[in-house]
Formats: sequence, C-alpha cells, structure tokens
Amino acid sequence: MFQVRIHGRGGQGVVTAAELLSVAAFLEGRHAQAFPSFGSERTGAPVVAFCRIDDQPIRLREPIMAPDALIIQDPTLLHQVDVFGGLSPDGYILINTSRTFEELGLGDFVSGFDRKHLCTVPATELALKHIGRAVPNAALLAGFAAVSGRISLDSVNAAIREKFPAKVAEGNVAAANAAHAYVVAQLQEAARA
Amino acid sequence: MLKQVEGSAAVAEAVALCRPEVICAYPISPQTHIVEGLGRMVSAGKLAPCEFINVESEFAAMSVAIGASAAGARSYTATASQGLLFMAEAVYNAAGLGLPIVMTVANRAIGAPINIWNDHTDALSQRDCGWIQLFAEDNQEALDLHIQAFRLAEELSLPVMVCMDGFILTHAYERVDMPSQEQVDAYLPPYEPRQVLDPADPVSIGAMVGPEAFMEVRYLAHAKQRQALELIPAWADEFRNIFGRESGGLTHTYKLEDADIVVVALGSVLGTIKDTVDEMREQGVKIGVLGITCFRPWPSATVRDALSRAKRVVVLEKSLAVGMGGIVSNNVSASYAGSPDLVHTVIAGLGGRSITRKSLHKVFAEAVEGRLDTLTFLDLDHAMVERVLTREREQRRSGPIAESILREIGVVAAKIG
Repeated sequence: MFQVRIHGRGGQGVVTAAELLSVAAFLEGRHAQAFPSFGSERTGAPVVAFCRIDDQPIRLREPIMAPDALIIQDPTLLHQVDVFGGLSPDGYILINTSRTFEELGLGDFVSGFDRKHLCTVPATELALKHIGRAVPNAALLAGFAAVSGRISLDSVNAAIREKFPAKVAEGNVAAANAAHAYVVAQLQEAARA
Repeated sequence: MLKQVEGSAAVAEAVALCRPEVICAYPISPQTHIVEGLGRMVSAGKLAPCEFINVESEFAAMSVAIGASAAGARSYTATASQGLLFMAEAVYNAAGLGLPIVMTVANRAIGAPINIWNDHTDALSQRDCGWIQLFAEDNQEALDLHIQAFRLAEELSLPVMVCMDGFILTHAYERVDMPSQEQVDAYLPPYEPRQVLDPADPVSIGAMVGPEAFMEVRYLAHAKQRQALELIPAWADEFRNIFGRESGGLTHTYKLEDADIVVVALGSVLGTIKDTVDEMREQGVKIGVLGITCFRPWPSATVRDALSRAKRVVVLEKSLAVGMGGIVSNNVSASYAGSPDLVHTVIAGLGGRSITRKSLHKVFAEAVEGRLDTLTFLDLDHAMVERVLTREREQRRSGPIAESILREIGVVAAKIG
C-alpha cells in the first residue's frame, strides 16, 4: 500500500486533489481510497486529505499517520501544522513553492532524505497562468507523478478530464503538463549535480 | 460497471436506479451530497416522473415521505444527527403506519456539544422506532443495501433505514461496482402498496386506536420485524444471484471458525478491525469478527450461533447509552449464551475520534490476556477528565465543560489523527 497525505488550506482544492489521485490510480486498475480530514471546511483553514493506493481492496479507515508521500499545497503551513508527522526518510515530499528546501528553512530537516524524493514546484504560479485561479492541486498531482513515478501523467490528466467540465479541465491539464515538465527538469538537474 | 466515486454519489445513483417517485429532504451534513446528487438528476429530467420536494425541515421531510408513500409513491429521504431527532415523531409514525419509506442516515454524533462528525448515536437513538436498520461496511455495501432496502420495505410494508458512516463513507472516494438498470429492475419490481390513499377507493390511514387494540397493533409490528429475520437473508441470496456479490443479510463473519475472541461491530470500522485481526492472527491469536449488518430486527439467533464457541466477546461500538454503557453490547449480551462477564464493551470513535489499528491492538490484546475492563472508552484522555473533575470539586462556577476542555487542547487544526 502506498499512502499519500495532502496538506493545504480550505479553497486550494486539497480534498479534490486526493479524489483526483484516487481516480487516476483507479484508471490504472488499482484500488484507491481518498478521504478528507472532515470538518473545518472554511476558506484558509488548514485542511488535510488522504489517498491510499494498493493492488488489493482497501479496508483500513484510519487517517494516514505514516505517509509514504506528502504533498504540501501551502508552504505557510510548514511552521503551523505538523505536516511532516510520521514521514520516514525514504518518503517523498512535494511542496508548492518557487523556493528551495534550503530557502524554506528545511535544509537540516531533509538532510537525511533521498534528494530524488524531494521536489518543489511553483504550482500556484502555474495555475494562475494556465487556469487563471490560484488552485494548485492538479499541477501538484502532476508533480507528484513525476517525482514518485507511482502514477502516470496521462492518468492524472484523464482524472482531471473526468472530474471537471471541459474548459476548466483543459486549463488544469495545461498546468499539470507544465508542472510535470518542471519537476522532470528539476530531477534531471539534481541527477547531474 | 466499476467506478471510482464518492460514497454519496454512489448512493444517489443507486437510489436513482430504484426509480423513486418522490424524494423529499432537508440538507444536513454529512448527508447533503446524496440529496444534492439526486436533486441534480431530478432537475435534469433523468428520473422523470420523480418529484423532488424541498421542505423546510426534517420533520416536514418525513411528513412528506409519509404522505407520498401513503398515496402509493416509492418515497425516499435522507438525514443525519439532529435532523433525525427533529423528525423523530414522524419516524415513529412511518413505522406505525407501515409505510415502506427508505431513508439514508449518514451517521453523525448528536449534540450538545455540536459535532458534525461520525458516530452511531443518531441511528441507535431510533432503534426502537419500528424501522428496519441496516448498517453498511463500505460504499459498495451502502449502495447495494439501498437496492435491497426498497425491496424489503415494500415486501414487508415497513420503512427501512440504511445507515452509512458520515464522512468516513459518505465523503470517501472508493471503487464501486454500479449495477445496471436491468439488474435493479430484475430485483426490484414496481411498488405494489398494501394500502393506498385513492380518491376512487377511499380509505383512512392512521386511525386512533385505544386500549382495546393497541397492544395487538404493536405486537404485529414486532412479529413483522421478526418475520423479516427470515426474509432478509433470502433476499440477500437473491441479490447475490442477480448482482453476483455478497451484500447485506443479517451479519458478516470473518475468521470466526476457530476464534476464541470475537469482536462485534457495525459499519465502516469493521475494515480497520479486520486489518487488525489479520495482524494479530499472524502472531497466533485466535481472533475473529462478527459484523452486524441488520441491527433491527436484532438477529438474536444468528448472533447466538456466531458467538457459540467464543470464550470472550468484545463489542466495539460508536454509541453510548449515557448512564448505562453500551447499546450494541446490551443487545449482544442478551444473545450470548456464556456469562455476561465475558462480554466487554468498548466505546470508540464518538464524535469522529479516529479508531486506529494501534488502539485496537491494545484493547484486543487486553481482552486476550483477560485484562480488559467490562466497559472501556477507547483512547479516552483520563488526565483531562480528571482535571475537569478536580475543577468542578474546587470551584462552584466551574464553567461550561466543553469550552474549558477546548481551551486546554489548544489549536486542533495542528493535529492529523
């Protein structure tokens, strides 16, 4: 089982991101379970959503306390919420930011992590450019696809097209493609370094 | 057809496949997505001639369902929590009148303090109202139970409540196998009412009944529920023949054959319990699970048989009879042939508290070792409770309990579990 925890704020499409990820995994023939950390559905409030992916039916209903991957949709949460709780050093971290882990003050924290599992992507900027709204979720999922290899970009885009009306979907697909390319380039650069 | 959808969307689609004629509902979390989904289908003309009636309250929702059902329409509504309490008088009337309404209860705690999260106290508060109460383990079963519920309700002329865990199921995206219209039509014949308000053939429904006949009417309601205990498994078998999967019935058993310890529970927590049981089985613990799908009527004989070789029973329930203890466990005890001392009650998950494998391991291990108390509140913060009690002893004006506990906890959003 592969477990993803997504942190963000109300209005950033955190719950939708988990749902999209589950649909993408389903489209690849896998079992997936997405659910929100119910309740505080207020714009700006910290929100958590979860997605489990497995090759067998998923019965477990507890929140994801030891994630294999973290997607952080809002870097202002880094010092407010225990976003890294339960993450092991071989886990993946994807943060929505134009800054580096070091610039975010996370250099020491991630020093024991596999650099190939760490990635930042300016998803809000990409969303503003391609969708016209600050909804970074689809771009981040594409970034997650690139950094983790657990899901394909095609599946993410297919999930986006299934979930959103055509016009909204195309903007999100464009943002997703751009984010995927950004992360692939970042990983290649890291590999050369 | 396999789909990856939200539980609420799956249930809305299943209800739609049952060809309802009147849907009336008042929105309340976590039920809202179900009736919103159905509302969209009705307004798009996909369910014609179904009528969606917006009502001003839950009391009106059930009252409209009663009227619609009495007029011969297949009627559906959904609610949760305080909404179910607000309609309680009409809930009893629907059962007393023998009207086959189907209602989803998206299980949620009851206030005060106000809490929108999941537990079972709403549905269990209505356990004696005369409705059949079915509990879904996952979203596949939630959608399947709705199809079975219309069949059951209409054959028995009794209302059926389908209970699914609020948020945990209603808001979870998971894979479901959505049946075809042909399959549902093959299973669920058109509604043929036993009683109907028809101007061409006038009758009255809802007479006042005095002491001379009230006992008999109540007895018949009881007898009909007991009769349902035989029909529910038969219709689950028929469901399997048409839809090709096990869903519904009275109970589900898991690794029970050689189990010394049996855990009894309702609803979606069964999944987490089964994962925990698998882990404990790997360590050599003979532990099994009895899931109660049908809570009313209470399947006493089936439960008695399932527990016949259990040396110890742990009833894990998301409900509390304040001042008494467990509600489900009280029912289980009455159906356990062994000593009542061997039935343990674990109150868990109230108001949406997460039920984790870690906590289940601990409490089941205590049962194995014979150390589990008769009544346990899973993951209760005893220190916090003690601080409140101390404050109450020391100060006359100790203030509202909920607010002072919240002040002690601080920022809740920082927590994940």
